[in-house]
Amino acid sequence: MTQPIEPLIRCEHVEKRFGHKRILRDVSFTVAEGEVLSLLGANGSGKTTLLRIISALVRPDKGEVWLGPVPLSSAADGIRRYIGVVAHAPLLYDRLSGIENLDFYARLYDLAEPQKRIEKLLRTMDLWQWRDDAVRTYSRGMSQRLAIARAVLHDPPVVILDEPDTGLDLQGIQLLNELLAQLRSRGRAVFTTTHNLEHAKNWSDRVFELRSGHLHQIELPDRIEHR
Amino acid sequence: MAELSGAERVRSREGGVAAYLRRVWAVAEKDVRAEMRSKEVVGTMAAFALLAAVVFGLAFDLRVPRPELVVPGILWVIVLFAGVLGLHRSFGSEVERGTLAGLLLAPVERSAIFLGKAAANLLYFLIVEALLLPALLILFDVNLIEPFILLGLFLGTVGYVGVGTLFAALTSRNRAKETLLPVVLLPVLAPLFISGVGLTSVILDNRGTAEVWPWVGIIGLYDALVFAIAFLLVDVIWEQI
Amino acid sequence: MSTLSRATDTDRWFMSLLVFDAIAVLAMAVVTWAGLLYAGDAVNLAGVEQVAQRIFYFHIGSNIAALLGFLGSVVGSIGYLVSRRMAWDRWAAASVEIGTVFGILVLLSGAIWAKPAWNTYWTWDPRLTTASITVLIYIAYMLFRNGFDDAETRARFASVYAMFAFLSVPLTYYSARLFRSIHPIVFDGGNEEAQGGFAIGPTMGQTLTMAMIGFALLFFALLFHRVRQLAFEDRLNAVQERVYE
Repeated sequence: MTQPIEPLIRCEHVEKRFGHKRILRDVSFTVAEGEVLSLLGANGSGKTTLLRIISALVRPDKGEVWLGPVPLSSAADGIRRYIGVVAHAPLLYDRLSGIENLDFYARLYDLAEPQKRIEKLLRTMDLWQWRDDAVRTYSRGMSQRLAIARAVLHDPPVVILDEPDTGLDLQGIQLLNELLAQLRSRGRAVFTTTHNLEHAKNWSDRVFELRSGHLHQIELPDRIEHR
Repeated sequence: MAELSGAERVRSREGGVAAYLRRVWAVAEKDVRAEMRSKEVVGTMAAFALLAAVVFGLAFDLRVPRPELVVPGILWVIVLFAGVLGLHRSFGSEVERGTLAGLLLAPVERSAIFLGKAAANLLYFLIVEALLLPALLILFDVNLIEPFILLGLFLGTVGYVGVGTLFAALTSRNRAKETLLPVVLLPVLAPLFISGVGLTSVILDNRGTAEVWPWVGIIGLYDALVFAIAFLLVDVIWEQI
Repeated sequence: MSTLSRATDTDRWFMSLLVFDAIAVLAMAVVTWAGLLYAGDAVNLAGVEQVAQRIFYFHIGSNIAALLGFLGSVVGSIGYLVSRRMAWDRWAAASVEIGTVFGILVLLSGAIWAKPAWNTYWTWDPRLTTASITVLIYIAYMLFRNGFDDAETRARFASVYAMFAFLSVPLTYYSARLFRSIHPIVFDGGNEEAQGGFAIGPTMGQTLTMAMIGFALLFFALLFHRVRQLAFEDRLNAVQERVYE
């Protein structure tokens, strides 16, 4: 596990069909360490499919996704510990409390010191005081914050966020921005989708749009001074 | 940072059987914990089982001279149908709330997820059966709480839960879902049902333990084959969602 | 373009398929003649039982075809799981569809025969139990396939289901046999409880062989047509999507 790798996510000529309909035609991109890439696109443009392919939930029909030196198509289940995902659904059990949810996932990911990590994340996400409440009592924003905490619980080098800004209030957006800045400074490769061009511009190094199965880069003129 | 890092928070995956069982246990415990709060599955199954016992009692009280003749069938029919009700929820709720993706995103063997789910289902089934047997004793005055009947019921339930959990995963992506589960499940369960009724009848007729063992053998063989195939094919089910 | 050329590839087999159809139809005509006229009467039966016995050729013939359907579903499913090529899945699906038709014929011809021979249409004899459960599994398989929109998922899940069906059918037979058996075992005659058994004369044996071959040919003729039809259906969908794009 010590080979130098650059970039972290490498997506090469990915094609995906559903039935006979081609959702993704020829998608290639890379995300380096410390880079945040955002993907815009209308509903049904294939954003979520692409995201699922990178998260190793769906296999591409053609092409390959590399995580560092490892091709996803031949990787074992263990590769998943290097990926953290915030999906459309919060991936939380609403009968369990916030802390129980994180504790369950900590056991699946086999964390070394789960309690410390969980407490730190719950405090960062401003959920500590509601830690013992069932998730079904959480507001949309609280669930989303917990979902983000769940995704970065095991501190993965690759973080994938499917519309992380939906349902977040102003304070939540601020937390998200801080988290993304932190991930960037710690050399994580971050791939996000969003509907909001302003958010995408704020937090990303590069922005792409997915149109009829192809990626198109959107120019960000003020990018240089921002970095 | 020039490596696949992040592993520093994660213990070594080469934990062998103990680590594997920890993951199975994590999935099972999560399900049971949520079930203890909602009582959705066990409540529905138990209510159905008791209701069915009463309905069978009413139906057969009028016509059957000796209840021992029909009780083995009644026991297994109720277990079969009550089980279908509960099994659907096993993956139904995960799919509806989208949490299945969370399980599949974790670096966990698919067989461990399957086994954890099956273990939770087994517990639900055993609770329901523990309520059903005394109910049948009261309603039909037939004591089914005999060692060999309990053994057969336990082994049969293990096999049922094995196929049932896997089929619940298979049908959870189907358009017909809950209506389809019994249709695909019940014919495949025929050997268990026949053997279960056979075994229970042998004991109720006092035909001696020598006649019990072939039945135990068939049920045991069924269980072994079910789990062997499940282990082989569970990765196929979840290779894509 | 490749789609169109592949379609004509398949059509190259069309003439061979027609020849095969003709052979199968001819074989079935021979089976019908042999079963009704050529085969001698069963010597140990009399009256209506002797007449009813002739359904046995069609019963066994259908049984062979149903068995081929069952084997086809297993082979096709294993083939798909190993190779992940949709062609295997089409063979499995077509085998089940045609096997179901013959399976229902087995049950019906058996019931028609059983009324005069056993004085009941139905018993829970191991073979009857196994045959009926197998037909139910086939029907469940078709309903199950029907509920998937994505062809790849359908093929994958149906193959898994077929494996479990394959496992449960022999166990159903053995567990039902532990209960009891009154089905005549024609070929070894060792079952003393069996009722309606009969001795096989030379013309009867020849007719039986003809029936098994004839029904097998009919099965394969139907299977080839159905697989070809499924392949065209898949290709038509592909072309439609391409036009749509």
